[in-house]
Order: sequence, then structure tokens, then C-alpha cells
Amino acid sequence: MKSLADLEAIRNRTINKVGLRKEGTEETRIVVGMATCGIAAGARPVMQAFVEELQKRNITNAFVTQTGCIGVCRLEPIVEVYVPGQEKVTYVKMTAEKAAKVVVDHIVNGKVVEEYTIGNAE
Amino acid sequence: MNDYAGESLQLNGGYKMELVRSHVLVCGGTGCTSSGSKQIMDEFEVQLKNFDIDKEVKVIQTGCFGLCALGPIVIVYPEGSFYSMVKKEDVAEIVEQHLLKGRIVKRLLYKETVVDENNVKSLNEVDFYKKQHRVALRNCGVINPENIDEYIACDGYKALGKVLTEMTPEQVIQEVKDSGLRGRGGGGFPTGVKWDFARKSVNEQKYVLCNADEGDPGAFMDRSVLEGDPHTVIEAMAIAAYAIGANQGYIYVRAEYPIAVHRLQVAIKQAKEYGLLGKNIFDTGFDFDLEIRLGAGAFVCGEETALMTSIEGHRGEPHPRPPFPAVKGLWEKPTILNNVETYANIPVIFLNGAKEFAKLGTETSKGTKVFALGGKINNTGLVEVPMGTTLREVVYEIGGGIPNGKKFKAAQTGGPSGGCIPAELIDTPIDYDSLIKIGSMMGSGGLIVMDEDTCMVDIAKFFLEFTVDESCGKCVPCRIGTKRLLELLTKITNGTGTLEDIDEMKTLCYTIKGSALCGLGQTAPNPVLSTLRYFRQEYIEHVVDKKCRAGVCKALLTYKIDPEKCKGCTLCARNCPVGAISGKVKEVHTIDTAKCIKCGVCESNCKFGAISK
Repeated sequence: MKSLADLEAIRNRTINKVGLRKEGTEETRIVVGMATCGIAAGARPVMQAFVEELQKRNITNAFVTQTGCIGVCRLEPIVEVYVPGQEKVTYVKMTAEKAAKVVVDHIVNGKVVEEYTIGNAE
Repeated sequence: MNDYAGESLQLNGGYKMELVRSHVLVCGGTGCTSSGSKQIMDEFEVQLKNFDIDKEVKVIQTGCFGLCALGPIVIVYPEGSFYSMVKKEDVAEIVEQHLLKGRIVKRLLYKETVVDENNVKSLNEVDFYKKQHRVALRNCGVINPENIDEYIACDGYKALGKVLTEMTPEQVIQEVKDSGLRGRGGGGFPTGVKWDFARKSVNEQKYVLCNADEGDPGAFMDRSVLEGDPHTVIEAMAIAAYAIGANQGYIYVRAEYPIAVHRLQVAIKQAKEYGLLGKNIFDTGFDFDLEIRLGAGAFVCGEETALMTSIEGHRGEPHPRPPFPAVKGLWEKPTILNNVETYANIPVIFLNGAKEFAKLGTETSKGTKVFALGGKINNTGLVEVPMGTTLREVVYEIGGGIPNGKKFKAAQTGGPSGGCIPAELIDTPIDYDSLIKIGSMMGSGGLIVMDEDTCMVDIAKFFLEFTVDESCGKCVPCRIGTKRLLELLTKITNGTGTLEDIDEMKTLCYTIKGSALCGLGQTAPNPVLSTLRYFRQEYIEHVVDKKCRAGVCKALLTYKIDPEKCKGCTLCARNCPVGAISGKVKEVHTIDTAKCIKCGVCESNCKFGAISK
């Protein structure tokens, strides 16, 4: 290492990993339903897609976590997005491709992807 | 360049993403390691594989979280769930319930964080952490100490980079002076002034030393910093070297700290590979190399001149000052010696500025201080509070009070060199000058809490036994004086002391203080003097009434059986190791006081509370 830029490069590539350990209330929570029903319906690739997408885009103010059965098993995989100060948004019948779109539209640009939400599925 | 995060790093600029969604932090400090955290970590690896989520959940060993009484401690992020006293059998449950299904295992959470059925408090709102302010310990329990990348991600080595590329040595020293940082090893000497002396000593060879020979009974602050964040010490020593014009440093650490030594070795190796130690650091022409020297665990080697003698390869004995190390130190070259915690504060001063650093603390004591809380206190562990926090806040709010509803009697600061603070002074703010004023001292940060079951004469004797053992024997006042002092104390605890002995002790104390060669001897009488000052009545009771109110000094105790309460169950007689209790079944028993060795077995075995002292 010969310059401050080298140091900064190491810092940037590691910061996401450590950032996970900082507690903050200003963060968006992406909660994936990971009960038996969710897993059976394919929640795992969905969750992985979210994690991958967040890291690819260097998003540090959102994290992925999981929860148990939300209750509407027929609509699994279900993902709930909690943006601080806003109402919770529930996405249903998620796929890895839909996950990528939710990250771009909702998390990055703040636009809820209406077509995937529970209101539209019913 | 190596990638210490241990994840696949692809060349050609393509850094392969790892899909980690959750971190399991397992405390790898000494406290938790001894309660089995290593096995827990291994079990996590096994169970994560079991449930096939080992790729997305990462297990990380960190330094001390501070709440050693509740170890082994495991924190799961991003939720920040704080699991305490985790057993190996619990791991599978945490993995299946929490990490796989997302249900936090409430039963294992630190109970202070649980609000009710559905709500969990953030760790920062828990009493133990609420009043703490982590500066020196900022990375302890957050990063993996054996991974330099994680330190860099938390702004590590940025301060060194800034210092080398943007500041002159004079500016560096001025910044440290402006911060008001004082030595955290006990004396409280202004760090910037010390560096300035060494800077002004003209010599082509100078040295930077780190004192990690923490030896006070009950103190483990420096150990925890080295175990939890070794790179901060390395970075700070490089900054110090640049400031005074040195290019070689030594860390003097005791061999009894195997985890700390290992992590330091790993950290130095990584820093060298990254070019953060060695030649031409940051392409500025500045060279700095660092080596570890192991101490054999002699308390006197924590004294600066003895420490340097030991590094030189001689028997660790002190020599008179002046000349001070800044003028003639290691191998007679200008040298600075700072304590681990002092160094841990240095990078923060340069990252946030001296002004920001000086915002915490009092007028004359800036910043924070780390304390190792021990003794009769609920939350045994490591805490860091702003200077000026009162002893009451530390004991009752952070420390969670005294176990079993007992009363606070006193606290010992500064270990065997310090003194006690009695209950009536519990609102004393903890800073260098306030503690000196009441006859104690900051010391390196051991804080031992005592309750009503502690005999103050016995405590003074305990600390003096320690200094008698640890006296190097070079000067007479310390070698013989402390021994005579201990004999007088022993007389008093045996019930054969006289009032003249108490006065003689006091004279002897001042003689030793005034004439001993080094800090060890000069401070050795402090525990006696301070207990005499605040608990003279207890000394007098031992001498005149032949009574130890705490029931500690065995020679002054007699065990009695209350005939009213004794049912003649024979339990005490059967358990007495010396056969001092006699009596027939269903008849009142008696103790032969001539035979009794006062072990207390009968008292703890009696189901009717018939035996008392």
C-alpha cells in the first residue's frame, strides 16, 4: 500500500460487511418470510437476491432480515419493506427478478412497486 | 495484496460479492474464552452447515463486549440481538430459530434488553451501555481483531495517513497537547508534553514503547484493547514515532496474556504486509518497525525504568530518575513510553480533531477512562465512561449495584498503588485530580467494589501481600519496609496488635513513600494509608475490642451454637473437618473453640441457622 487511495479502496470494499454491525434507526428493513411455507415457495433465492442486489449497489442504509410465517401462506414468498417514517409495504409471490426491481424502484428511488404488493394480488 | 476478509478476491478489479446477510459475533476476549466461547464458535460453524446457511451467515470472533459476567456473549446482526450465557446446546436453537426462521430466541437474550413479549430494546439503551462512551474501546466487540480490513473499514490507519501526508511532527504534538490527553496508565502525565520532550532530545536513534505490562490484581483494560483492537495500538505508535522522530518501537506485553500476544503478532504481520509498518510508509519516506517483547509477569516491570531494563535483556529493576526516558531511555536513547489505553485514544484525536476529543470529560481530565469492574458487583466487566462520571453512576447504574442486596462499603481504585473510596464519597467524580484529592488515584483502571462483608484491614493486608511479593528488592525501603508493614498488619488481624502499632504503621508508610526508589515502593503504602484515613475505627476495633465486624479475620472469630435453635441433627458434627463439634443425636451440640479452625463449614451446613460467629 502506497497511498491514501489504496487505504480508501480497502475501506470501501469492507465497509458494507462491517456496516451490518452498526445499529441505526434510520435504516430500511427488508423482512423475508422464512417459515416452512415461505421456504417451500422459494423464499431463499428471493432473500439471496435482495442481499446480492444491496451489495452490488453499495446500499448501506438497508438490511435484509427474515421472519416466520406471516399468515397468508398461499401468497408466499412474502417480503415486507419497512422504510423509516413510512407505512410498511408488503410484497407477495416474490421472485429473485422481482426482488431486484424492488431494490431499484423502492429502496433506491423510493417508488413502491404497486404491481407486486398484496393489494394488487387480491 | 492479500485480502484478510478471507473471501474470494478476484483480480482484474472484479471483487466477487459475498452474499452475507447476517453476522454472528462471538466474544473472543479472555473472559468469554474461559467460559467456552471458542467451542460455541465451532458449534456455530457446524450448525450453520447443518442448516445449509453457512454461506450467508458469517461467524466472527471479536474482542470484549464488556459484560464479562454474562459470558459467553453472542451478538447477531443486523437485528443486534444480544445473547448472554450461551451454552453449546443453545447454538442449534439460535441457528434454526433465529438465523433460519427469523425468530429471535427470547429465552437466551440478555434480560435487560427484553421489554415485553414483543419488544426488544437496543443494546445502547440498556443500563450497562447507556452511560458508557466508547472511545478507546470503539472497535472492541465490533470488528474481528485478526482482520486488518475490518479495522480499515472502521477508519483504521486513516489517522496515520493523515498525519504522515498532511502534518508536521510539531503539528502532531500540538494536536495531542490540545486534546488534553493524559496518560491512562495511572500517573496522568500529559501525553503531548511527554512527546514534546522526546522530540526535543536530539539523537539519531529514538524509541517508541508501549506498556502492556498490566499487573494490578483485577485489571484487564489493556488486555481487552489488545485482544479486541490490536491495530489501534500499532497505528498510534507509528503516529508517536513520526512525532518524536523514531523508527523503531517495542510493545512490552506479559507472556501471561496469550490471546493478546497472538492477536498482536497477527496484527503486526498484516500491517507489515500492507506496508503500514516497515519502510517508506504511505510513500512519505517515513520508516517504522515494531516488535513485541514478552515480559515474565513481574509487577515492577510496569514501572517505566524497570520495563526498559527488561527490554534491554537485563533483570527488571528500576533505576532513579532523572534522567527521564525522554532524554535517556531504552539503550540510553530518547524514548517515550505510553500505556495501551493512551495509544488507543490517539487515532480518534486525529480522526475527529482535538476539539471534539476534549468535549468529553472535565476541565483537567479530558476524554474517557476504561475501568475493569470487579469485586462485589453485579455487572462484572469492562466499562468506558467520560471522565467526571461519579462513582455512584458506575457502581449502581452501569455496574447494576451490589449482589444480594448488600450495602456498598468502599471501592478500590488504582489497585495496590491506589486507595479506597468510602461510601460517603460515592458521589466523587472520577477524574485524575478528584481522586488524588481524596487520597486515591486513577491508576490504570481496576475498580474493585467492596460490600459490608469486606474487612478493610484485611483488604489493606491483601494488597500489601501483593506488593511484598512483587517488590524487586533493589531498594531497602520497599524490600524491608513493606515487609515490616505487612507484619504489623498481620498482628492486627490476628488480634495481637496495639494502638501504638497503628501509629507506627503510619510513620512507616510515610517513610517508605518518601524514600523508595520507584513508583512501586512509593505507592505501596497507599492502601494502608487510605484505609487508615477512612476506616480507622475498624483498625481500632481489631486492636481494642478484638473484633472484626465483617467477620473476615479468623483469629477474631468464635463460632457459637445457639442452644435454642439447635435440633441435634448432627450435620455440623459430621461435617466438621477437625472434629471440634460434639453432641448426641437430638441433643444440643457444642463447639470446642480450642480445636475449631474457623472454616465456617458448620455455619453453612446448619439448616436451622443455629450457628453464628
